[in-house]
Amino acid sequence: MGPSGTGKTTLLKLIGGQLKPDAGIIRVDGQDVHRLGHNELYEFRQRMMGMLFQSGALLTDLNVYDNVAFPLREHTRLTESVIRHLVLLKLQAVGLRGARNLMPAELSGGMARRVALARAIALDPEMILYDEPFTGQDPISMGVLVKLIHDMNHALGLTSVVVSHDVRETASISDYVYVISAGKVVEHGSPKDLYHSDSEWVKQFMDGLPDGPVPFHYPCADLLDDLMQTEQAK
Amino acid sequence: MMLDKLQLLGQKTLDIFARTGRGGAFLLHILYVLPATILRPALVIRQLYYVGVQTLVIIVVAGLFVGMVMALQSYIVLVDFGAEESISLMVALSIMRELGPVFTGLLFAGRAGSALTAEIGLMKSTEQLSGMEMMAVDPMKYVIAPRFLAGVISVPLLTAIFMAVAILGGYFVAVELLQLYDGFFWSQLQNKVDFYEDLLNGMIKSVVFGFVIVWIAVFEGHDCLPTSEGLGQATTRTVVHGSLAVLGLDFILTAIMFGV
Repeated sequence: MGPSGTGKTTLLKLIGGQLKPDAGIIRVDGQDVHRLGHNELYEFRQRMMGMLFQSGALLTDLNVYDNVAFPLREHTRLTESVIRHLVLLKLQAVGLRGARNLMPAELSGGMARRVALARAIALDPEMILYDEPFTGQDPISMGVLVKLIHDMNHALGLTSVVVSHDVRETASISDYVYVISAGKVVEHGSPKDLYHSDSEWVKQFMDGLPDGPVPFHYPCADLLDDLMQTEQAK
Repeated sequence: MMLDKLQLLGQKTLDIFARTGRGGAFLLHILYVLPATILRPALVIRQLYYVGVQTLVIIVVAGLFVGMVMALQSYIVLVDFGAEESISLMVALSIMRELGPVFTGLLFAGRAGSALTAEIGLMKSTEQLSGMEMMAVDPMKYVIAPRFLAGVISVPLLTAIFMAVAILGGYFVAVELLQLYDGFFWSQLQNKVDFYEDLLNGMIKSVVFGFVIVWIAVFEGHDCLPTSEGLGQATTRTVVHGSLAVLGLDFILTAIMFGV
């Protein structure tokens, strides 16, 4: 967790091998992601990772059914009837079996993310990376997503890495939280530990306070000086 | 002040070299994955429809009018010399050698090139390309290479159609409107138009134009800033750079082919 622009999505892209770190090593399941060649990385992603993007990233020229079937058709030699069974089961898990013929443009933001979640678990990965899954959602959609992420994590035995600035929702389903700011880890621990943190910065973030170590005002000159300068300029 | 301008000039020059380098590396990547794309013809055929078939109407209409105008202009000049029976020759040579490939290239850059850039740019800004990468599907193989191949195949075919329709437009004006004998029209074509010198050279030009326009279009889409402004700029660059490349390459190819 961390405020906007602090490097959370960058961190996910580093874990997924979409960006290369300037220094250091990123290991997933004991494998240094950035030492893998192009084909090895793709094979590794296929076996290990699913990712839920903030926008859903559904393919806009395919309907809901074909979006979920896409990774299965690309990476397996399953027959269409088996793929149909799998797709319908994945869609059932996210509650959108009835929406299988809709196009992405016909879905709400929350529905698009649920379809993206069904697609992310299509190949039964061992880990799912979630990029801001709750941003911009109404309370019902947010509740649905929180429940889905929590239930799938336990039902499928996944490792889930959730990047978010929605404190309450993320804390409610997390085992362990890292709070980052300006690209650095400023605190980590269980959600309970973080709520009782001594750090003023963490308190401000967890409680959503408008002013504190992160100031309300963008750094600038004194207001009176600024006003006087304007008068003098006139 | 002078130093600032010099620095800006240097920065712009470096940016141009960097973009050219990225474009070159991007093309090599496309060529590297092209064999894998050829093995999936369904992807290419789908793009042939979007890139080629949907450009057909504008090519046919433009070809018809260009051929008709060429015939009219030729008649106005040739009739003073009593050589109006050579209308077909003048129309055919100008269409096959120059206007066919150049017009098709310019129209393709404006219609299909800009659409390719916009589509790929939008896929980038909506994270569809990143999504594919994380699903272990290479966007170069699935998105870029099929569009590139479809474009390279489409332009010569569209050029051939443009040429045929333009000559038919010329026939309509010369024979139906100006009442010239149609035997003259076709016999002049048959006797004077050379397959290698005129038709083949025109088709070679169209292959080169198609290759360059589609390269620019897919690169601009893939390299654009993922914002609405960045997408707009990339689309504009595709049309401007694509059109200028067609005109510049036309001069170079003409000089090489006709040994001036």
